[in-house]
Amino acid sequence: MLSRTADSLFWLARYMERSEDMARAVLVGHWMASMARSLGNPGNEWHSTLIASGCEEGFFAKYEEATAAAVVDYLVRDHDNPSSILSCIETARRNARAVRTALTVEMWSAINETWMRVHERLAPGLDGEQLSAGLEWIKERSQLFSGAYNGTMLRNDAYFFTRLGTFLERADNTARILDVKYHVLLPQDEGVGGAMDYYQWQAILRSVSALRGYHWVYQDRLKPWLVAELLILRPEMPRSLLSCYEQIAEYLDLLAQAYGGKRGECHRFAGELYARLRYGRIQDIFQAGLHEFLTEFIEGTKSLGREISDLYLY
Amino acid sequence: MREEIAGLPGGAEPYHEMLGPGGVLAKYQGIQRWLEDTPAAALATKMQEAELLFRRIGITFAVYKEGGDPERLIPFDIIPRILDAAEWSYLERGLKQRVRAINAFLHDVYHEREFIRAGGVDARLILHNEGFRPEMQDFTPPQSAYAHIAGIDLVRTGPEEFYVLEDNCRTPSGVSYMLENREAMMRLLPDLCAQHRIAPVSNYPEELRETLKSVAPANCESDPVVVLLTPGAFNSAYYEHSFLADEMGIELVEGADLLVEDNIVYMRTTEGLHRVDVIYRRMDDDYIDPLTFRPDSLVGTPGLMNAYRAGNVTLANAVGTGVADDKAIYPYVPAMIRFFLGEEPILKNVPTYTCAHEPDLAFVLDHLEELVVKEARGSGGYGMLVGPAAAAAERAAFAEKLKARPADYIAQPTLALSTSPTFVEAGIAPRHVDLRPFVLTGREIRIVPGGLTRVALTRGSLVVNSSQGGGTKDTWVLET
Repeated sequence: MLSRTADSLFWLARYMERSEDMARAVLVGHWMASMARSLGNPGNEWHSTLIASGCEEGFFAKYEEATAAAVVDYLVRDHDNPSSILSCIETARRNARAVRTALTVEMWSAINETWMRVHERLAPGLDGEQLSAGLEWIKERSQLFSGAYNGTMLRNDAYFFTRLGTFLERADNTARILDVKYHVLLPQDEGVGGAMDYYQWQAILRSVSALRGYHWVYQDRLKPWLVAELLILRPEMPRSLLSCYEQIAEYLDLLAQAYGGKRGECHRFAGELYARLRYGRIQDIFQAGLHEFLTEFIEGTKSLGREISDLYLY
Repeated sequence: MREEIAGLPGGAEPYHEMLGPGGVLAKYQGIQRWLEDTPAAALATKMQEAELLFRRIGITFAVYKEGGDPERLIPFDIIPRILDAAEWSYLERGLKQRVRAINAFLHDVYHEREFIRAGGVDARLILHNEGFRPEMQDFTPPQSAYAHIAGIDLVRTGPEEFYVLEDNCRTPSGVSYMLENREAMMRLLPDLCAQHRIAPVSNYPEELRETLKSVAPANCESDPVVVLLTPGAFNSAYYEHSFLADEMGIELVEGADLLVEDNIVYMRTTEGLHRVDVIYRRMDDDYIDPLTFRPDSLVGTPGLMNAYRAGNVTLANAVGTGVADDKAIYPYVPAMIRFFLGEEPILKNVPTYTCAHEPDLAFVLDHLEELVVKEARGSGGYGMLVGPAAAAAERAAFAEKLKARPADYIAQPTLALSTSPTFVEAGIAPRHVDLRPFVLTGREIRIVPGGLTRVALTRGSLVVNSSQGGGTKDTWVLET
């Protein structure tokens, strides 16, 4: 297939996934902020959401202070922010339009209808409830898109590139969401293991739809290392780094097979990252520092994306 | 030419496509019953469904104008325009004849120029024409085919009176609407369609693909690789480009996807470089190769023209067809038919005043209120004056432009374009229509029965261009 087509499919899937991930990040910020308020301890939840979503620099180039309204606006609908939900949907549709011929009708209408309604669903001036409803809607639309492409695309290289886009973006997002916990400060009179701490871990699990999953897997109260294990190392958890990398490695393999066995640095590197997750232990990760581990992983995912481009999408 | 004007139908009531002297024509009986049996509200609902359908598919058309919806829908009218088998067979003969002559003319222009030498047309009109490409001199494209895809604009003024308005020989668009309109009709009004024996159009993409394969370079030994070259997603006809590529099952490429090495064209794929044999390019000559034509083109492929001239790739349409597409050349098409084919033209030409000729200019200036004045090289209905509809001040302003640059303009009498019943806000009313059939030239000439019917939705308007607020209708050619 045309490299440009593969590139557009890859980025289309990434941006659809990113719109969902951004919705999840804003929802988690929202929950944390309202819990902190209800416990009488408002803190820097919105600032930490900005850091975790990788939008801190852009935001402070424009605003002085991370108020709830400003952060939400920047992450949800600011056109100056290439990762805002509106920008993601617009970029996704632009990519989709550029490769109309590679899309199934269902994929196109999932994207196109999202694009047609997103400005109204996430209009400025929504109250908290309407905004939450809008963010939930974005999640649904992204899931509709992945359902549409999984259910209708031929299982060929076009599909493999689309899958790669989804899982690369999702791995990045899970790492970032877990990292929110590093950046959000506990109030001075609140210790680790206190009510605030507990609620923050709960919000993180919720944001990746893993709260019920946690209880099924561990049947235990929320413990930071278990939450981290679930989101990093557990194969049952569909958004865990391990699950994402399992898929990434698989689809890179399928591409190599489809193209007569040709492999590149991206195959080696993805295999290495996957092996670290497959055989890693949570106590080792905590010992070396969770934040450091996550930072390295986010960087690793970024390099992997570049390697994939170098091999296929030039 | 001037004396012919008296013989032109005009002024009187325009020809009505549905009504004859004896009432509703046979071919429209089914439509008549359907219109009588369907309450206006039900028709209105169908129209809304149609709009929703088109928006969901994403058939949009960008209009070069500030503001408004950047991806506008072309309004679709659900009352079809019908031609019977006899009318179509007449048109088909006329269209094939015309396109054969145009291709022969293009070959001649870039080889011996016998038509010019025989006095058929002034050499300056050809050699100084913006569409003329000296790079094509002595080069013969495969099958000697130049205008592989031609969109011939026809209007009707009477039961047996069809005029050709324009021969679009560069990159005519609109065929996706012909296909999607039929698709929409079959979905929205399946019963009505089933009551008629409508000649299918859905084989157009196959015919196009076969035509393109039939003009593959002589040195292409395997099944030719055909691609469609688009300027990109911001082009007004991008939807059509992607639609056609999809329907033909070929790659939709942009200039940057192509690469020329040793005069061979390749596309960049995830598996490396892949050779290309035929390029259906939906891009003007000016932009295809910055090394040969406009150096500032960002959408072209450097070296493409050399690969073409080396016979390693075929471009469709050929480079340099613009010279046959020009409004200043149009008046000579009947003479071309006589000269190259030795036949009498089947389809009529509209008498045309070439403002470059002084006596013609004087006549045009004196009769502005009766004439349509167009830019010789314009398209899309931009920059034209419809004399009878224009205010005196507008005409005066236009007269100044004419005097300043007469060579840029041609003028034609206002034709009484036929009308077809159309669903408008006030109900069903006659609106002016034209017809653009698409003629394919490869090893042979093929035409799918029908074309794109454009309709001027504004009462009394004669401008059907989609860029000027025109709409479209499904065009039915009945088999019996």
